[in-house]
Amino acid sequence: MRIIPSELITEKVAEAATRANLELPADILQALKTAHTQETEERARVVLGFLLENAEVARQEGLALCQDTGLAVVHCTIGLSVQVEGDLTEAINEGIRRAYLDNHFRTSVVRDPILRGNTGDNTPCILHTELVPGDGFELTVFPKGAGSENMGRIGMLKPGAGKEGVIDFVVQAVSDAGSNPCPPLVIGVGIGGNMEYAAYLAKKAMMRPIGQSGPNSDLEAEILARVNETGIGPQGLGGRTTALGVCVETFPTHIASLPVAVNLGCHATRRCRVSL
Amino acid sequence: MMRKITLPMDEKTLQELTAGEWVLISGEVYTARDAAHQRMVQALENGESLPIELANQSIYYSGPCPGFGPYALGSCGPTTSGRMDGYTPVLLDRGLKVMIGKGARSKEVAESIQRCGAVYLAAIGGAGALMAQRVQSAEIVAYPELGPEAIRRLNIEEFPCIVAIDAHGGNLYER
Repeated sequence: MRIIPSELITEKVAEAATRANLELPADILQALKTAHTQETEERARVVLGFLLENAEVARQEGLALCQDTGLAVVHCTIGLSVQVEGDLTEAINEGIRRAYLDNHFRTSVVRDPILRGNTGDNTPCILHTELVPGDGFELTVFPKGAGSENMGRIGMLKPGAGKEGVIDFVVQAVSDAGSNPCPPLVIGVGIGGNMEYAAYLAKKAMMRPIGQSGPNSDLEAEILARVNETGIGPQGLGGRTTALGVCVETFPTHIASLPVAVNLGCHATRRCRVSL
Repeated sequence: MMRKITLPMDEKTLQELTAGEWVLISGEVYTARDAAHQRMVQALENGESLPIELANQSIYYSGPCPGFGPYALGSCGPTTSGRMDGYTPVLLDRGLKVMIGKGARSKEVAESIQRCGAVYLAAIGGAGALMAQRVQSAEIVAYPELGPEAIRRLNIEEFPCIVAIDAHGGNLYER
């Protein structure tokens, strides 16, 4: 049995939340640079140029990439041979609290969805845990802004809709969202499972780097091509760069179901993964 | 070269700007987003006065990160303007002339902009760090209890924006 003190978890979460908000992940930065060289629309090139400058300023000056430092999603993969000393949830929330207050990040969480009221420290986070064999402990901090999160959707398609139905559903979500989610986007798609599990898969999909090959690479490439044909472009001002990447996760589903969840991420899709 | 414009925007400039044109905006703006808009419109409905004078003024839809060190504000990019659509026509009727945000507006707002001879500018969403370097001063002028959603008076310098909806009905999002 490996023992991990809760204070170590707090420190690691604080580090990851800080870094996520200040440094664009390498894969996203590279995708923006590539888009900047390949984009043919002048207006879109101007926007992409500003986004690259913004990433540079944020990293150098310790300024958050975006003022919407998000509702923090924390995903933990925990080995069953690990024992956490103390309260895991509180340890993670304390890490978020420290990162947001120490770095002057905006606190964007309200206590009650109807009554509102800012909690003042950006907690609580949304915590997902997955239990696996072994003694590893890995966590991803994923601060998610609401401009893009608000444009997500879930559909319970008929199984006969098949691959084309899934692609159409994603493209429609992107088209309806237009300029709101701050394109160029990172698109997370969860297919299968049931209603809540598809939504979880869509978020989990966005936590891995874009452009990596995997079991769903062909579908991802097909969706990306279709989305970029919409012409929405950076900031919705037109262009061929509507999305930087598409990540798909699938899971077995019921004979009568074809759940599809689309979670949209902005061009500043931020994530930081650490191992303990 | 992007055209440089100083706020408050004069009548001639308001009439000249056309959708699709890049501009660099300097001068005084008020930040306000969902909660502040809701309160202002509620105040008007109750027959109360507004905490800020809107005539010829400019609103920036933004909920900034707190300032620190050399920065009056931290990251301070625009938020999605569409959430303010329901509150906007009544504020335009009170003399509001310039709105800065991001994303498309409703048909009602676009019509009000044209009727009132106002303009809607889109700033670069998600470029908050770049904009923090262009804020010279910031002070809370109303609703401090709203935290990041309080109304602040900012002095900005050369904020890059694109004219999204002009005073003549030109609309960049309707293509």
